Amino acid sequence: MAGGSGVIVVLAWRNLWRNYRRTLVMLLAIATGVWAMIFFSALMRGMTDQMVLNGLATLPGEVQIHHRDYRRDPSVANSIDAPSGELLAALQQPPVEAWAGRVRVPAVIASERDSRGVTLLGVDPDAESELGSLPEQIVQGRFLADSDDRGLVLGASLARKLDTELGKRVVIMSQDPQNDVADRGARVVGIYRARLASTEEQYVYAARNTVQGMLGIGERVSEVAVSGGDYRRVDEWAPRIAAAAGTQLEVLTWTQLDPFLGSMLAMQDGFTVIMMVIIFLVLSFGLVNTLAMAVFERVREIGLMQALGMRPSLILYQLLLESLYLLLLGLATGNLLAWLTVKPLESGIDVSGVAEGMEMMGMGTVLYPALAVEDMLMATAVVVVLGLLASLLPAWRAARLDPVRALNKT
Amino acid sequence: MSVNWVLAWRNLWRHSRRTWLTVAAMVFCNVLLVFMISLQLGSYQVMINNSLAMVTGHLQVQHRDFLGDQRIRDSVPAAAQLAEQLRTTLKLESVSARGQAFALASSEERSFGVLIAGVQPQTEALVSSFPGLVSQGRYLQPGDSDAIVIGAVLARNLKVDLGDELTFLGSGRDGSFAAAIATVVGIVDTGINDLDRGVAQVPLGWFQETFAMGDHGHAVVARLPSLDAVPAAVADVRGQIMGHSEELRVLDWDALQPGLRQAIQSDLVSNGFMYAVLVVLVAFSVLNTQLMSVLERTREFGVMLALGMSPGRLARLVAMETLLMALMGLALGLLLGALLIWYLAVFGFTYPGMEEMAARFNMDDRMYPQVSLPALVWGPLTVFCFTLLAAVYPALRLFRLQPVSAMRAV
Repeated sequence: MAGGSGVIVVLAWRNLWRNYRRTLVMLLAIATGVWAMIFFSALMRGMTDQMVLNGLATLPGEVQIHHRDYRRDPSVANSIDAPSGELLAALQQPPVEAWAGRVRVPAVIASERDSRGVTLLGVDPDAESELGSLPEQIVQGRFLADSDDRGLVLGASLARKLDTELGKRVVIMSQDPQNDVADRGARVVGIYRARLASTEEQYVYAARNTVQGMLGIGERVSEVAVSGGDYRRVDEWAPRIAAAAGTQLEVLTWTQLDPFLGSMLAMQDGFTVIMMVIIFLVLSFGLVNTLAMAVFERVREIGLMQALGMRPSLILYQLLLESLYLLLLGLATGNLLAWLTVKPLESGIDVSGVAEGMEMMGMGTVLYPALAVEDMLMATAVVVVLGLLASLLPAWRAARLDPVRALNKT
Repeated sequence: MSVNWVLAWRNLWRHSRRTWLTVAAMVFCNVLLVFMISLQLGSYQVMINNSLAMVTGHLQVQHRDFLGDQRIRDSVPAAAQLAEQLRTTLKLESVSARGQAFALASSEERSFGVLIAGVQPQTEALVSSFPGLVSQGRYLQPGDSDAIVIGAVLARNLKVDLGDELTFLGSGRDGSFAAAIATVVGIVDTGINDLDRGVAQVPLGWFQETFAMGDHGHAVVARLPSLDAVPAAVADVRGQIMGHSEELRVLDWDALQPGLRQAIQSDLVSNGFMYAVLVVLVAFSVLNTQLMSVLERTREFGVMLALGMSPGRLARLVAMETLLMALMGLALGLLLGALLIWYLAVFGFTYPGMEEMAARFNMDDRMYPQVSLPALVWGPLTVFCFTLLAAVYPALRLFRLQPVSAMRAV
């Protein structure tokens, strides 16, 4: 019987092309379905990545270290010493790629015209640049030169609302640890643009030492932001940092800092699978139908094969193989199509027409579909597994045919 | 003619399993579309109404420069009086005047920059959902003067409780120094952190006095019974303020929150894309079925042609078969879809992870579908049309049939 299975392989292939029109229509349907599955998951993955990246850009870093009370009461009183000893050692080890200590306090900024509530960030430009958390684009002037820079960098949208501009002086006010108002005048040395207008309105950058001096907090900082590169793998190294930080500090990953962002990832995976299964279900009716037809027209033939001694299981295999060929051909075409259509789009789809809507969902004005091998494999797995399951019924019915009746069928 | 219909009907049941499978594909797709579209439209309604109810209202009268820059001097003169006039014009009680200004709010221990809103307590409760979300204390009452209601997060950050005093420092409309003290009478907890961090409402009169506004406000807000009433109301209000001042503008919710409509549009487009794929897949399935049914009847059709039947009449027969099948799909799909929607309209629908999502987009954590005719028939009708289109190719093949060779076909 060793040769038997070889014959089956050839037989199934030839059977597939006996009615080439039907096979081609079905192939087209499967390819379209698979293409849609991969295309949509690439879009969804791209959107999720965007949302998470935008979220991380304002967090920033995938792990943050704070005073235990800072998140409840983001006051300068709840600041921490700059990392030292064991924690510093942990921060200098891979996979940590970059870290930065920053002062982050609520403040009020006033121009001669108007005032606004903002978050004042006292940063070390070099460390922030390694962390990748600098404003994306300086449209006027320059960013802070070093940790002692006396200037301020504002978002474009905030500058407009304050009616101020590059080179003008503004007053920044915050609170020192003794709860007194600390304020200083500073010149606007740079104007930045961010992906989201709300970011521009919220964050004002100043040099760390300058802010520390203004608030009288020595070398203390509000938070330490740590990045390890891939945001999807943060759980692998976050516990080590937490252990090194000791119990006095709160070490949180981005999924804990922003549960909504964290749930986005799970939702994306969930939606992708649901979407794939839905597309497949619609497809499956056609698949079952095609196979059922193929069996129907070959009832006499199958009866004859059985009468000549072919085992029912081989008939089952043969039909499943036929279905598998169809699925694999459709998958290959669909995957190829998806690759061909998504790759050119990965450089970005401009959706600035609905910019504010995208901002509401935490995205920028350009959509970057992300073709991931996982999604292609997932689509393939869904189609093959469910496809074979769906084919089982017609194939099983064919294998159970009574040879005598089948032969007598007109 | 009725012979044709009988013939078409009987032809369908020559392969009852195939017909049922094809109809099932249509029904499945129809129910799916009815479900998704109704739910989608339902969630839009909720999203729009909930987010408008929070702050924006359905329409506002503002100074023409206020929307873009929100400067304190771009104000509406005689705001309370205008609100009173609009109440008469619109025959609605839910019209309220507001003013807003930035100030540094300080408690004994903490200071924060906040956006203070001056509101008319009685009517504000009809316009916005904030007053109903007071979790501690009470909302502002007519006759209050130096009372303030703040968000729960702000209260926590400022470390204040009911009865505590807050000091405000800011600048008035004329650029003068503004300072005042108010007592916390209520704390609002919306569950949305961003809002709970930002709310600070005081009575309009006290606000005008503190910020040297005279009788000015920044917006007159109206909440209408439904979205459909917006265009007419905008026209009415525009007529009313036309003679009032050149400086004023009427803005509807779309202008006030462009993100909302755009978020919906982009969601509609991406979902529409998905629906199109599903419909195309069903069309493929129908195409396959009809192609099979034509091909297997080649001999039969040959005989009919030889007996003098015109190819056009045969094509009509095939078209009728498809029409009958499509009608079955439509009827069953609508029936089951309507049942499902009716069930969901009563019991609601939820999925894991929806709560975080709902909090972010101001939605209920259960979704209720929109029960409307368009939402119900849109999907099934599209499927119906595409099904008929799918039969064109098989029907056209009949015109190429040669009676003699067709009768010899196997």
